[in-house]
Amino acid sequence: MRWRKTVNALMSGVTAACALAAVAPLVFLLGFLTWKGASSLNLAFFTQLAKPVGETGGGMANAIVGSGQLLLLAAIFGVPLGLLGGIYLSEFGGWTVPFLVRYSADLLASVPSIVIGIFAYAVVVLPMGHFSALAGGFALGVMLLPIVVRNTEEFLRAVPVSLREGAFALGTGKWKTIVSVVVPAGLQGILTGVLLALARVAGETAPLLFTAFSNHYWAQGWSQPVASLPVMIYTYAISPYDDWHRQAWAAGLVLLGLVLLVNVLSRLVLARKMAARRLA
Amino acid sequence: MSDPAAAARARERVAEVTQNQKPEIPQEKEPARMREILKIRARKVDFYYGPKKVLQEVSIDIREKQITALIGPSGCGKTTFLRTLNRMYETVKHARAEGELWLDGDNILELELSSLRRRVGMVFQKSNPFPKSIFDNVAYGLRVHGIVRRGKLAERVEQSLRAAVLWDEVKDNLHKPALALSGGQQQRLCIARALAIDPEVLLLDEPCSALDPISTAKIEELLFSLSDRCTQVIVTHNMAQAARVADYTGFFLLGKLVEFSDTKTMFTTPASKETEDYITGRFG
Repeated sequence: MRWRKTVNALMSGVTAACALAAVAPLVFLLGFLTWKGASSLNLAFFTQLAKPVGETGGGMANAIVGSGQLLLLAAIFGVPLGLLGGIYLSEFGGWTVPFLVRYSADLLASVPSIVIGIFAYAVVVLPMGHFSALAGGFALGVMLLPIVVRNTEEFLRAVPVSLREGAFALGTGKWKTIVSVVVPAGLQGILTGVLLALARVAGETAPLLFTAFSNHYWAQGWSQPVASLPVMIYTYAISPYDDWHRQAWAAGLVLLGLVLLVNVLSRLVLARKMAARRLA
Repeated sequence: MSDPAAAARARERVAEVTQNQKPEIPQEKEPARMREILKIRARKVDFYYGPKKVLQEVSIDIREKQITALIGPSGCGKTTFLRTLNRMYETVKHARAEGELWLDGDNILELELSSLRRRVGMVFQKSNPFPKSIFDNVAYGLRVHGIVRRGKLAERVEQSLRAAVLWDEVKDNLHKPALALSGGQQQRLCIARALAIDPEVLLLDEPCSALDPISTAKIEELLFSLSDRCTQVIVTHNMAQAARVADYTGFFLLGKLVEFSDTKTMFTTPASKETEDYITGRFG
């Protein structure tokens, strides 16, 4: 009896310690980033371009805007396609085609991001002859696509059949029912999923290295190389200059902050939505 | 009862019951036999889910502007039969109906789906208002069928809500979400939504099974008041309900229509032993 109790106490302690250890990296990461990066965060960081080596100060305004541009492009490439694909999987199709699409989407989601970068390099950069925001946005869009497809499918499947039947019973056609009842009922979840997916690809570096490349100045247009926060972090962190290292920490803090913010906000919205559904 | 909102609702209900003890049932309804216009005729209808036959040679006459109840134990095919009348079964793969089904002079199995469902409305077991405003719920079918002028919409929405005896409760909140209504109100909203497109026949699939007795009484009252407006076919588990609301009753067992007659005959002198056993509660 005593032995059993001892084992219970021991294992409960071990599992609790492991659970703590699992969340510890996030806590340390946040603390470390804040410690290292917060001191370099100032208005200039958000409004100015990088200063030449040797001069202190300056900022990453171009990288912040560049990341925004890339995400916008990624959304344009990935979201409409993903939404319509998700609608198809949930609402149409027999067995074989949806199975293949679903399986391929899951595979695509697990393709290493550097490989997606090479793919974008081959289909966009090589034909254009140079790096560009377009190529970077395309690479991120490809990463976005499977997440949006599967997420859309799942939220549409969660819409009760009874709602569809209610619309059908009024003589509504299938597409009209989807557009006017099913999609609106799942829309909040779908959009939250899109935001989460965007937050997820916002931190991708590998696919941008040889697509969007980087830029020390403001981008000259969508077909030119553009700076982004992750690539900036990479470049600055491997540089030999202390000042750049501090900037990289600050950039890391900003990126993580944005991603966490989007994450927490969208999950809050989603949780409220789910709670409302349980009540209904 | 620690929740004050629940307590308040309970108080309201008590007040409702005390004010409104009996649903008003019209005393002398026109004798059912006088009305012999047939709205729906089914002749030897068989129904299959894939290879499985779930309805066998169902033949029934649904009389116009009368309430016909379909009763029987779970799985007897009454809901399946109801869903053949507006071809709702078509959402299920490999489901098919055979035989003759006539709505006035039109073959139900061949009518264009949208126009069939415009003429034959349906209310479901669990209320299923769309996650839209009260107004948009009722206006939904109208818009689908091409009525979009604001004035016309508002007029038809009001008419329908009045017909469903919901108008007084919601007239100041037409733009509130329908899901904020109580269960009974939601079901009446669904009835209003079905009525808005002015169906000739209204199919009701156990419309009260998820409701408390007071909401049920309100819906039953409502069905009475609708019987000069459209033909109603109601599936119910509740035999007392069938006896209360229906002019005609059909008893289903194992996919067959065992007996069909006017409600009084059915509940006083059933012709078949099985019907008698069922309505006296010996099985089911």
